[in-house]
Amino acid sequence: MRTIYFDNNATTAVDPQVLEAMLPFFQGLYGNPSSMHHKGGEVAAALRQARQQLADLLGCEPGEIIYTSCGTESDNTAMWSALRTQPDKKHLITSRVEHSAIINNAAFLRRLGYQVTEVGVDRDGLLNLSQLEKALTPDTALVSLLWANNETGVLFPVEDVARLCSEKGIVFHTDAVQAVGKIPINLKASKIDMLSLAGHKLHAPKGIGALYVRKGLKFAPFMIGGHQEGGRRGGTENTPYIVGLGVAARLAGERLPEENTRVKALRDRLEAGLLKIPYAMVNGHRTIRLPNTTNISFEYIEGESILFHLSHAGICASSGSACTSGSLEPSHVLRAMGVPFTAAHGSIRLSLGVTNTDDEVDEALKIFPEVVAKLRELSPFWKDDGPVQESELLSCEDNNCQICN
Amino acid sequence: MWEYTNQVMEHFERPRNVGVVARIDGEGQVGSLSCGDALRLTIQVDKDKDLIEDAKFQTFGCASAIASSSALTEMIKGRTLEQALSITNQDIADYLGGLPREKMHCSVLGQEALEAAVANYRGEKPKALEGQIICECFGVTDVEIERVVKTNRLTTVEEITQFTKAGGGCGKCVEKIEALLNKILKKTATPGNGQKPGGRLTTLKRIKLIEDAIANQIAPALMRDGGDIELVDVDGPTVYVTLKGTCASCPSSKRTLADFVTERLRALVDSDIVVRERRPE
Ligand SMILES: Cc1ncc(COP(=O)(O)O)c(C=O)c1O
Repeated sequence: MRTIYFDNNATTAVDPQVLEAMLPFFQGLYGNPSSMHHKGGEVAAALRQARQQLADLLGCEPGEIIYTSCGTESDNTAMWSALRTQPDKKHLITSRVEHSAIINNAAFLRRLGYQVTEVGVDRDGLLNLSQLEKALTPDTALVSLLWANNETGVLFPVEDVARLCSEKGIVFHTDAVQAVGKIPINLKASKIDMLSLAGHKLHAPKGIGALYVRKGLKFAPFMIGGHQEGGRRGGTENTPYIVGLGVAARLAGERLPEENTRVKALRDRLEAGLLKIPYAMVNGHRTIRLPNTTNISFEYIEGESILFHLSHAGICASSGSACTSGSLEPSHVLRAMGVPFTAAHGSIRLSLGVTNTDDEVDEALKIFPEVVAKLRELSPFWKDDGPVQESELLSCEDNNCQICN
Repeated sequence: MWEYTNQVMEHFERPRNVGVVARIDGEGQVGSLSCGDALRLTIQVDKDKDLIEDAKFQTFGCASAIASSSALTEMIKGRTLEQALSITNQDIADYLGGLPREKMHCSVLGQEALEAAVANYRGEKPKALEGQIICECFGVTDVEIERVVKTNRLTTVEEITQFTKAGGGCGKCVEKIEALLNKILKKTATPGNGQKPGGRLTTLKRIKLIEDAIANQIAPALMRDGGDIELVDVDGPTVYVTLKGTCASCPSSKRTLADFVTERLRALVDSDIVVRERRPE
């Protein structure tokens, strides 16, 4: 069976050029870059090149990059550094739609006595900027916001917020794990203090990430140890992966125009085709959004069931339904946006990439209507070609279910 | 990715008995669109024989909800109402070769739909709707929780959430669930004779209780003061433990430690417990 991979926000395939560049570092080029001999020297040179490649993609200086083990480590490092370098400030601001790497840290910090403001979003997933502005206080140590939402692709105005924070002397961090490689980024021209990224979202392998830390920003390491990364992250460098991330960054830079033209066109065509299915709707703003992501709800059916049928037909996607997350409630992102539960349970995220083709979109547009029809046929809320009338619906009151009230 | 059995995937891909029976004699609707799963079960009953002639379902939900509904209809067709009512949620899960723990609530949904359909046929009120609402998010009553705890021998709040969804929403009712669970467990442990817990314990149960008491109550208390305790062996009334940590080298503090452990174990498990210390090897 042919695989149609529409789950590039979950992870991407390692690019063959990336793999090829990495392989020598598992064998011949095994030196420790800190060593004072030629085996170390040749690896140190390769790392310098890789760091330059990533710096070029971000528009920053190589010395402003700290390698980490993943996006989650970058997020943790940024949050804790901001708090530990400003021990007198006990307030931080984030949003209600962050990745769990930030959300769960915020919850933990709250238990430690910090005050946390979680700024809301509107029905389109756009940030409530005035709420954020009002929340800034002299006690605010950090503002941390997603650049691009992993579930909906919706973009936050992080450069505007960074400017605002900079004026008030507040540290600003952005989780740009989903943004890097998909939208142009030029950190030199921005007031962003810290930025997280993860290699596996841009065709490097899993297990390598990076944190940009603006030159001159006070920093406290998360991993305390050796002098690596200028003493900002102890631990012998993951040399093959750093080299791989360098090549991936170069490729991402080269492919950025394609991502915003060809990939975007594929996404738009797919989305338009899927919206022809009755009772389907897009979650998230249609233009202030990544070029590769669409989040669509198919009402009256449930996401996990959709995913299994899609997978059976070769299509890989994700869902914000309760059943897929292992929790009992649908995605916190869709709930924060006020997407009704009825639609949130049937939400599907499709995230495309440069490996996808027109053929695949055609194929998907054939498969989707069949899957949706099959499940609606089973659904007690669906009859013939529309939802059953409200009076016949199994209402919440019947079962005392008050979740939507 | 969930680990579903082949039977679950089979019933999901090719669900049996989808739709509505020709003559609806009984109908059960459980769950709701907003809860994320809902099942409508209709049955046609042979009134003379009190027998389910036909059963059909419509389900909104995940793969295991659809598979559980399909399995349920297969299990009850051709059975008398009494036979059908004796089916537990565990039977439905077993029929499918098991369900992931997090998905057990799908089997409970099936059992409740069946009960509701039979009650509807008989003109009664379904049992699950009796009692008091404990979880408002998912509309789960104490009666439902008690039954699920008993049939599936659940011992933690987390399990109750996996089986009924109760507590899985806003989380406000978790304390209520915990209190209810403690009440139910006490009732099952001492069947009405008012004895102390542990009065008629089997060896296995007793060891389990001792383990629990040490892990969840005694060790945390000792750890707060820098110490620790490890269970080594249980032989009749004698419990052998190793005491560790900052106080372990001091004979007098060991005395009080042992007294503390004895006192706690007697209170929590059994009054004739004797605690002996074993030195670490
Ligand atoms: C927005 C965002 N932040 C952080 C992460 C975590 O990255 P990693 O899995 O590399 O730790 C992800 C990945 O899912 C993400 O999408």
